[in-house]
Amino acid sequence: MGVGIRIRLALRRPGFALDLDLTLPARGITALFGPSGSGKTSCLRAIAGLDRVAGAHIAIGDEIWQDDRRGLFVPTHRRAVGYMLQEPGLFPHLSVRGNLDYGFRRAGRPTTVDQAGIVAMLGIGALLDRRPDALSGGERQRVAIARALLSRPRLLLLDEPLAALDAARKAEILPYLARLHETLAIPALYVSHALDEVARLADHMVLLGGPHGVHDGPLPQMLARLDLANEFADDSGVLIEGTIASHDDIDHLSRLDFDGGAIFVARRPEPVGQRLRYRIHARDVSLTLAPPEATSILNIMPAVVVAAAATDTPAHLLVRLQAGGTPLLARISQRSWKALQLAPGSQVWAQIKSAALLG
Amino acid sequence: MTLAAADFAALWLTLKLACTVTGLLFVLGTPLAWWLARSRSRWTRPVAALVALPLVLPPTVLGFYLLLAFGPHGPVGAATQALGLGLLSFTFSGLVVASILYSMPFVIQPLRHAFEAIGNRPLEVAATLGAGPWDRFFSVALPLARRGFLSAGVLGFAHTVGEFGVVLMIGGNIPQRTRVVSVQIFDHVEALKYGQAHALAGGLLVFSFLVLLAVYTSQPRLRNF
Repeated sequence: MGVGIRIRLALRRPGFALDLDLTLPARGITALFGPSGSGKTSCLRAIAGLDRVAGAHIAIGDEIWQDDRRGLFVPTHRRAVGYMLQEPGLFPHLSVRGNLDYGFRRAGRPTTVDQAGIVAMLGIGALLDRRPDALSGGERQRVAIARALLSRPRLLLLDEPLAALDAARKAEILPYLARLHETLAIPALYVSHALDEVARLADHMVLLGGPHGVHDGPLPQMLARLDLANEFADDSGVLIEGTIASHDDIDHLSRLDFDGGAIFVARRPEPVGQRLRYRIHARDVSLTLAPPEATSILNIMPAVVVAAAATDTPAHLLVRLQAGGTPLLARISQRSWKALQLAPGSQVWAQIKSAALLG
Repeated sequence: MTLAAADFAALWLTLKLACTVTGLLFVLGTPLAWWLARSRSRWTRPVAALVALPLVLPPTVLGFYLLLAFGPHGPVGAATQALGLGLLSFTFSGLVVASILYSMPFVIQPLRHAFEAIGNRPLEVAATLGAGPWDRFFSVALPLARRGFLSAGVLGFAHTVGEFGVVLMIGGNIPQRTRVVSVQIFDHVEALKYGQAHALAGGLLVFSFLVLLAVYTSQPRLRNF
């Protein structure tokens, strides 16, 4: 038995079929990304043992949770999972403290779980004596996250935990999820159909519901794949993870160095050395053959054309570039492609109009 | 119009019967209501219909068949005699058994609705937090259904206090053993002792009203239904 999370299951419903055979990393957040009805939630329910999918094989590390060939099925309450849904699902008859203790006590109140640390990390120390119906939506969700963490899960299952929240509440919870990611060694499966959440939080991605079956891989590689880019439609674009190299306080810029290049972004408050994630959308990248001299575009880097693919509109192409060690995607018109006589191997300059911070 | 010793005996007997029946109905009705609320078995519908029969049948029908069943030639009577318990008809135990059947739907319905209203989600959440089936039932389902238990208890108690037909059929009219308040009132009226009938009937009326009032004031959310 290797490490990591093994999921093999075949979901069958009238008019619906999903075959998964995945080995996912034992660390970090894996996003299950796909449109509604692509089987994401069914997949999580099977992993949690809430539904028994015939023939499935589910294992985490050396612990087998379901192996129907051997007639093995571990019931949900014996699986160390933390399950988070859109609705926080707090028990209305218990206080926040009672809710937090529910799973903690059943896990044997393990001393290895830093109870005070989790409560502090989620900022719910002042809410302990309240009833769930006296909390805001964001507070409830934070309590639910803490409750799941205190049950000492080996795997976190997050089923669109932000989908029921408005933009302000989302912005309230996202930093906590990001902190979870940085501080906890617990792997998580994160179901979402919001690419910005996925791009911000996830390390690995499983793409469901596309016309070409199931794909998975490290997130930056998945987002740079031409063959999958249409799944993300107008949102297609690469993810770059870089380190703040310097600050320019005169022009209010920060330089972000990444593998094979550097870009300037609006001045960040973080110190030099901090790692940040940015998204560069394909629609924000344009190409020129010569280095432009008089331009307002700040970030221009040399790149090589690798390939091109059709997009959802016949007027446009999606071009994959290699800029040093980093892939880029550019969405340009068919006419430009012909006018610049581009082909795989062409040397170009990529002009990056904007990069979006992901936190 | 003061109460005679026989009236107090009837009141005491009624109270004893109603408490015994309500207690037993909780023990028997809770698992049955849970099964009716959560099982996907095709037997839930026939069983639910069977349980609800006393709602539509005249009590005399139930009483008549129970009398036959309890009698020396009935299946229950044969069994109780074989066990050395004698016959159930015209005994307090017989009244308890008959009242359980008669009041069952009034306990089952509120419990079943309360269990159904909980839904799957809280129980699934409890399972992911490490709670096994029994643990989930006692730590989540019971507390969330507590209003249903209150309604069930009050309705079961009240219907047992108020039954007449079944009691008369199965229990007869034996002082200290099967003569409950409703029968005692009937006796008073038949003997044209209206004053004594008033005392008991009025007392029962006020008692019932106060119990229901207490239930409704302790359940603010009932107003929403």
